[in-house]
Amino acid sequence: MSGQIEKFSYDNRISRMFLYATLLWGAVGLLVGVLIAFQLYIPALNFDLPYTTFGRLRPLHTNAVIFAFVGNAIFAGVYYSLQRLLKARMFNDMLSKLHFWGWQLIIVCAALTLFLGISTGKEYAELEWPIDIMVALVWVIFGVNMIGTMVKRREKHLYVAIWFYLATFVTVAILHIVNSFEIPVNLFKSYSWYAGVQDAMVQWWYGHNAVAFFLTTPFLGLMYYFVPKAANRPVYSYRLSIVHFWALIFIYIWAGPHHLLYSAVPDWAQTLGVVFSLMLIAPSWGGMINGLLTMRGAWDRVRNDAILKFFVVALTAYGMATFEGPMHSLKTVNAFTHFTDWIPAHVHIGTLGWNGMMIFAIFYWMAPRLTKNGKLFSMKLANTHFWIATLGMILWSVAMYWAGTAQGLMWKQWDANGLLQHSFIDTVIAIVPMYLVRAIGGTLYLLGFFIFIYNILKTLGSAQAVHEEEAEAPALVLNNENHSKLSGYLRHRILEKKPLALTFWAAVAILVGTLIEMVPTFLVKSNVPTIASVQPYTPLELEGRDIYIREGCNSCHSQLIRPFRTETERYGEYSKAGEFVYDHPFLWGSKRTGPDLAREGGLRDDAWHFRHMKRPNSIYDDAYDNPPSIMPAYPWLITDDLDVSNTPDKIRAMQTLGVPYAEGYDANAVGDLQEQAAGIANNIEQLLSGTGEDVVADEIKNKEIIALIAYLQRLGTDISKDTNN
Amino acid sequence: MKIIFIMIGISFIIALFFLVAFIWSVKTGQYDDTYSPSARILFDDKPNSTLDKN
Ligand code: HEC
Repeated sequence: MSGQIEKFSYDNRISRMFLYATLLWGAVGLLVGVLIAFQLYIPALNFDLPYTTFGRLRPLHTNAVIFAFVGNAIFAGVYYSLQRLLKARMFNDMLSKLHFWGWQLIIVCAALTLFLGISTGKEYAELEWPIDIMVALVWVIFGVNMIGTMVKRREKHLYVAIWFYLATFVTVAILHIVNSFEIPVNLFKSYSWYAGVQDAMVQWWYGHNAVAFFLTTPFLGLMYYFVPKAANRPVYSYRLSIVHFWALIFIYIWAGPHHLLYSAVPDWAQTLGVVFSLMLIAPSWGGMINGLLTMRGAWDRVRNDAILKFFVVALTAYGMATFEGPMHSLKTVNAFTHFTDWIPAHVHIGTLGWNGMMIFAIFYWMAPRLTKNGKLFSMKLANTHFWIATLGMILWSVAMYWAGTAQGLMWKQWDANGLLQHSFIDTVIAIVPMYLVRAIGGTLYLLGFFIFIYNILKTLGSAQAVHEEEAEAPALVLNNENHSKLSGYLRHRILEKKPLALTFWAAVAILVGTLIEMVPTFLVKSNVPTIASVQPYTPLELEGRDIYIREGCNSCHSQLIRPFRTETERYGEYSKAGEFVYDHPFLWGSKRTGPDLAREGGLRDDAWHFRHMKRPNSIYDDAYDNPPSIMPAYPWLITDDLDVSNTPDKIRAMQTLGVPYAEGYDANAVGDLQEQAAGIANNIEQLLSGTGEDVVADEIKNKEIIALIAYLQRLGTDISKDTNN
Repeated sequence: MKIIFIMIGISFIIALFFLVAFIWSVKTGQYDDTYSPSARILFDDKPNSTLDKN
């Protein structure tokens, strides 16, 4: 059944390009990571500049490492392995190039906009709508190129890795599109289409599956190619790989709600998420075991071969992370660990351990094979890198497990009188030393990364490049006998003859189906307030909220009080779904580096906030010798004028989304805004007069800080109006 | 809570897509042989190699 032998060549240049991009963005992403880690120990490292504060750099770090570092690495590995698995050159060189340069352009745009505070406020989906569209287009180019290669393949069997790549492409495309529905105010600003609880659910359905289909499935695919190659052993059980692929795919999509346990999301949805999360252990561990056992019989080589070492640690980290994940989904565990530093620890086992170490191993194996002499520059350096990276990862995560446990316990500690034992700032002071250990761990990992870059560049630079690798394989002849056996249906025949047309049409079907399903939400105003006293934000508060999003306050502050006595005692009445119906986007946050702000309104006076935002430690000066707050200072909010030129557009955008501002209110919005601002400014002037920090109301009334204070003072207050009435 | 049903709907569509893909893969004999693919990937397709000519 095999056809004529055909000669062709593999495109190595594209893998090499993605490889260089990985090195560059990896260094940038990790460097920013180390900086923000140190910022939590030494807040002065925020430099009192907008562009370098934690709230803006944290999204820059996550986007850079996930989409730039890991993304480029995935593409490098996929382009290398896909061609060889299918015995075919990539479908179209032009598409490969477009994919590469398009992706790099996206990264540059992303970095610039995040620096400038242009952000949607949704975690891991911070990029604004024009970039979202670019991402969708480039992703489709990648998919077309991949599927095109499958169509012209010379190997009938689709090796399991390819299924993982395919699942990655299809699912990420849909997740990205659904989560990115937003209404533009202008080129740089948009509001999420969904509000409050609904937005939260879409976001974490996306967020969870981004981990599943961007950080997991592509890497399992890569593992199934590169681990057997590096160990020179067939995969332990090919049958297991197939079973575990399908199980993983069918279970993963349902686990998203485990990010929203004890939130205002309906209970049954939470339970659904928990059940599927627990089930995930089986296929995840199936993959880990299969990977580790592939190295059976090669264990003696693990001692000297850094590549295999990296694989072993990567797979072990994968096993740990996928054990921990389902454990966190248990409500009792979640009640304790959620919002603490335990979560970053869990995440970094996955990223530093699984993704990072996989990338190192793959690149150490692949880079030499892109050259004539086929040898790694230095295995010794690779081993050094291995030990430094592993030590860095361990320091990082142990410190954060420690910090998370300590803070989690302290938050819940009662004293003998039945009152909370610790103020929030005490719990910060207690764990700050661990932040230093974490930063040192990160620095080590970064150091290892520089060794990695050096080694790879030396490998590539010291030998002649092989951009076109000659290969030959018999052409693929479809076996007709097989076809007629299957079924008599014409439809099936077509599918079989053009197996990959199936992929294409199914994807189209999904998109059409998605659109049809989405249309009703766009047409119907579904934001019926369930709590009568919950009102839309005033224009000033809305502008303040946008500043909150711009500065990324939600990377340190949650706005969601869970129904535990320890939380209601500390923060006030627990959060209700009906309170968030005008929140486009939702700002619940996922980490409490600072206290929850859901009921901040009215807790402090305007002047307190004014002083605190200007220099957070100003409010602790009297009580502490060492300034304990690790919140960045925001001096520019006090000097910069609030831009109200977009306020009417924002009101209109909100109206489109169903927020009930009166017809034609956009025309009055700026007037109302200025009136409310003048009130707050006067109040601050009075409160601060004679304290030595005097301000003049007229000078501060049109500053950004006033809008932010208006927003903070509004938070969580609507519901108490209800009880007063 | 309409969004829940929309998301479950979309998730179902994704699952359905993979179900179809799964049935296709089984029916077309992708999994008839669960050993040799794992060994085959270990060979390179260097010109003039005698391997892999079935
Ligand atoms: C690096 C993390 C971090 C970022 C970013 C951050 N905060 Fe904080 N925030 C803290 C910490 C820690 C505290 C507790 C110590 C203190 O009061 O300064 C705090 C306290 C607060 C408080 C006092 C709450 C109370 O009543 O005691 C407010 C209000 C606040 N932050 C608002 C903001 C706003 C608004 C932003 C964005 C402009 C922001 N924070 C950004 C960490 C952060």
